[in-house]
Amino acid sequence: MNRQRAGIAALWLCCLAVAAVIVARAHYITDLSAFLPAAPTPTQQLLVDQLRNGPASRLILIAIEQGDAGTRARVSAAMAARLRRDAQFSSVNNGEPLTAQRDRDFLFQHRYLLSDRVSAARFSAAGLHAAIEDTIEGLASPAGLMLKSLLPQDPTGEMLHIIDQLERTPGPATRDGVWISSGGERALMVAQTAAGGSDTDAQASAIGAVRAAFAAAVRGSSAGGAKAVQLTLSGPGVFAVAARAKIERAAVRLSIAGGLLVVTLLFTVYRSLPALALGLAPVVSGAVVGIAAVALGFGAVHGITLGFGITLIGESVDYSIYFFVQSRRLPQQQAGGLSWQRAWWPTVRLGMLTSVCGFASLLPSGFPGLAQLGLYSISGLIAAALVTRYVLPALLPAGLVIHDVTPLGLRAARLLLPARRLRGSRLAASCVALAGLALAVLHGHEATLWNRELAALSPISRADQDADAQLRSDLGAADVRDLVIIPGPTLESALEAAEHAAPALQSLVDARVIGGFDSPVNYLPSAAAEEARRSGLPDAARLRENLRQAATDLGLRTELLQPFLSDVEAARHAPLVGVQDLQGTSLRAGFDALILHQRDRWNALLPLHPPLEAQAVDTARVRAALERAQIPEARVLDLKQESDALYAGYLSEAIRLSLAGIVAILVLLLATLRSPLRVARVLAPLLLAVLCVAAALALFEVQLTILHLVGMLLIVAVGSNYALFFDRQASLHEARSESLTLASLLIANASTVMGFGLLSFSRVPVLVALGTTVAPGAFLALLFAAVLSRTEPLRSHA
Amino acid sequence: MRRRAVGLLLLACLCAAGFPAPTGALASVAAPSGDLDEVMSLLAMRGHGRVEFVEQQFLAILDHPVESSGELRYDAPDRLEKRTLLPHPESMVLAGGVLTVQRGERRRVVDLQRYPQIQPFVESIRATLAGDRGALERLFHVDFAGSVERWTLTLVPRDPQLAKTVARVQIGGSRDQLLHVEIREANGDRSLMTLRAAGP
Repeated sequence: MNRQRAGIAALWLCCLAVAAVIVARAHYITDLSAFLPAAPTPTQQLLVDQLRNGPASRLILIAIEQGDAGTRARVSAAMAARLRRDAQFSSVNNGEPLTAQRDRDFLFQHRYLLSDRVSAARFSAAGLHAAIEDTIEGLASPAGLMLKSLLPQDPTGEMLHIIDQLERTPGPATRDGVWISSGGERALMVAQTAAGGSDTDAQASAIGAVRAAFAAAVRGSSAGGAKAVQLTLSGPGVFAVAARAKIERAAVRLSIAGGLLVVTLLFTVYRSLPALALGLAPVVSGAVVGIAAVALGFGAVHGITLGFGITLIGESVDYSIYFFVQSRRLPQQQAGGLSWQRAWWPTVRLGMLTSVCGFASLLPSGFPGLAQLGLYSISGLIAAALVTRYVLPALLPAGLVIHDVTPLGLRAARLLLPARRLRGSRLAASCVALAGLALAVLHGHEATLWNRELAALSPISRADQDADAQLRSDLGAADVRDLVIIPGPTLESALEAAEHAAPALQSLVDARVIGGFDSPVNYLPSAAAEEARRSGLPDAARLRENLRQAATDLGLRTELLQPFLSDVEAARHAPLVGVQDLQGTSLRAGFDALILHQRDRWNALLPLHPPLEAQAVDTARVRAALERAQIPEARVLDLKQESDALYAGYLSEAIRLSLAGIVAILVLLLATLRSPLRVARVLAPLLLAVLCVAAALALFEVQLTILHLVGMLLIVAVGSNYALFFDRQASLHEARSESLTLASLLIANASTVMGFGLLSFSRVPVLVALGTTVAPGAFLALLFAAVLSRTEPLRSHA
Repeated sequence: MRRRAVGLLLLACLCAAGFPAPTGALASVAAPSGDLDEVMSLLAMRGHGRVEFVEQQFLAILDHPVESSGELRYDAPDRLEKRTLLPHPESMVLAGGVLTVQRGERRRVVDLQRYPQIQPFVESIRATLAGDRGALERLFHVDFAGSVERWTLTLVPRDPQLAKTVARVQIGGSRDQLLHVEIREANGDRSLMTLRAAGP
């Protein structure tokens, strides 16, 4: 016997050690890919690439506030100078015209290849006449101030046209040489990291560099007011880092607090240190095995799985409570009574299998985070149950006796007495009435019951999201919502297709369907377009003659236009402009931001700006226009709608899967209990508890998210144990053991309610969702299970 | 965002295109500086003003002037709006040291501090309208001729860099009314703006 016990303990330790090695070697991911689809459609893949590594994901928005304007400007300049030397950043822009000279030279030098107006027709006599007339008209305007000096070299105004094409959205104003917010109270800067936005470690390091640069700039400033200046950061990377830190902090803090609470509770109940230590064995084993299973099953473990997983297997603490409390009477009853293993293990096993059925419904989810949570819970619970069944009895020192909790059970039973007097039809009527009431509330809130926006899962507070929106509007860097994506097998083909799409999009601008659009070809045209423009330029003699004809009635002194003639002649023999020519200008970053290279293809990204009067772009009309222009490969992507659709898809899938899980539980219970009435008694309290919690959340105007759904599954998982124990108790016909059962359930319930109640106080919305669902739900499940149980009211004990 | 810098390139071209200024002899008749102070205080007393303008630009490259017309509005102390109506509607607003040019839906915003070369074009008119002698004298050598009833201010940029763009600005007026503004650029180009009280 002793050898057998030692063998079991050794086997357990071996398994634990193997699992621990797997856990230690596992790869952990903390980016947002837990929320991204495992098997994306091509459109979703584009969305995912944009969210993970797209240029927008790499932006750090920086605001310098407080202090006086001059100090803010000096701090901005000093910070930018330091960050520009840092290889972590691919660009740092605070409005200082650093590359302006090089940009200007580049654009001016290549204007006849870059301007999409250049053609043979434009350089014919008639074309030149129209173009120059236009330029002269422009001279009469205040903007003419800018045109005038370029006239001898660029009478057709190509330079201004190129700049107009590039500068479709007005940027922030500048003061004291740096960008400022419209009210002037903040200095603004935008840094783009070299690493992708999903590389949270790299983002954290870049954010550290920004903060260090700020601190150094403040220290280096001689102005007395510099100390008052403050730094505000925003952007996807900043959010990701903050969210990770916040979830980590919350998870650690809450785990410690919850752990202490549960340990205190268990010690108060057991009054035995060895029992306390043994009681934690199933939980620890379950957690380690769960993580190991996820690492083996998915190859990598998401941070979110670790964050929530521990809470999900809170049920495993219950197993040891049942074991200790319910085995207590065994020493006195060894002769006739059943051992715990025989009396209660089948019930615990059934409860565990019920939970497994519930969590198994998460496994097929397309939402990797959910699927991992499912596998984690299943393997963790199975491990914890097995440890309780086989290892705890083996490790239990002979004669270990925990404190007698029978009085607790008796008191609880007396409290329940009035409710339990309700029997038969009145009880059924009460249940139906309660369920009806809850359903009525849910029906009343049907339209707003579920939150279908991905933002609902964001751990970022509303205030931070608002601050981000403020900063973006200051910078004129509104979050791009709508993109036209044009793929091609080569960069050249993607650029050609983007040029092909431009007239269709321009007609949408004219029709005010969109406010404007950006295109990579504004930075760099396709080689074909450049070639066409170059070959459209007339030779020197023809151009001279065309100009002479064009100038006759314009009053133009053509002899002053010699620079124009020689520039065109130079352009006719210049090589085409390529990507490498953009190097060293700010245009390179602009071009790169609008090109997405995937494994076997290139995508041109054309962000659409909403029209002035409207907030959103009518994407259906954009699609129709692109279809009419016969660009079938072009796709219109509404980033927000697409990501919300993705999440809404997860949500409805999870709801469907959960319902399937309930059906699986029903089948399992029917097969095991073999009595529809008993199954009804077991399931009714659980469903009632879930309905009541959902209705209460709806009454408090809380919109349900996918995490609330997981919480409801958890209510069913934990609550099924309660209901099954009452069911088993009823078949034992033993009053004294009922008080023990009741006591064990109360203690188990208290630990669950405390652990999850704690989550409700977290500042991380997803944790709050889980806490506010499970804590009241678990309590209600116990209450309903007790009231609905078949047990006769206790006879009093003398 | 980064396109901002690109958008302002052209303005930077202005200073690049400058030629040494021909030092034209300034016809200045010594006038009592008391008259300048009186004109300035008369101007300073006007909080608002609205006049119609006709502007002619004489460019070396064209053998005829380019003409435009519209309305000039001024609100003390630093808001100046030039609303061109012909040949094309366009507006230019100077407020708080920032110049905003709008044509149709296109808008350009220029921080004057960053593009000092534009300053003589706008600050000469603004400071005169404001009666701000201090501001005028910070930027220009100021020369007053005539009387309160019929005066001429000749402004020559103090900064040699600015003088490479603008040779001189001449503003003529009567009491608190501006009658004409002539800007002579260093490259020989010239603009003449004639002002008269706006109709009702």
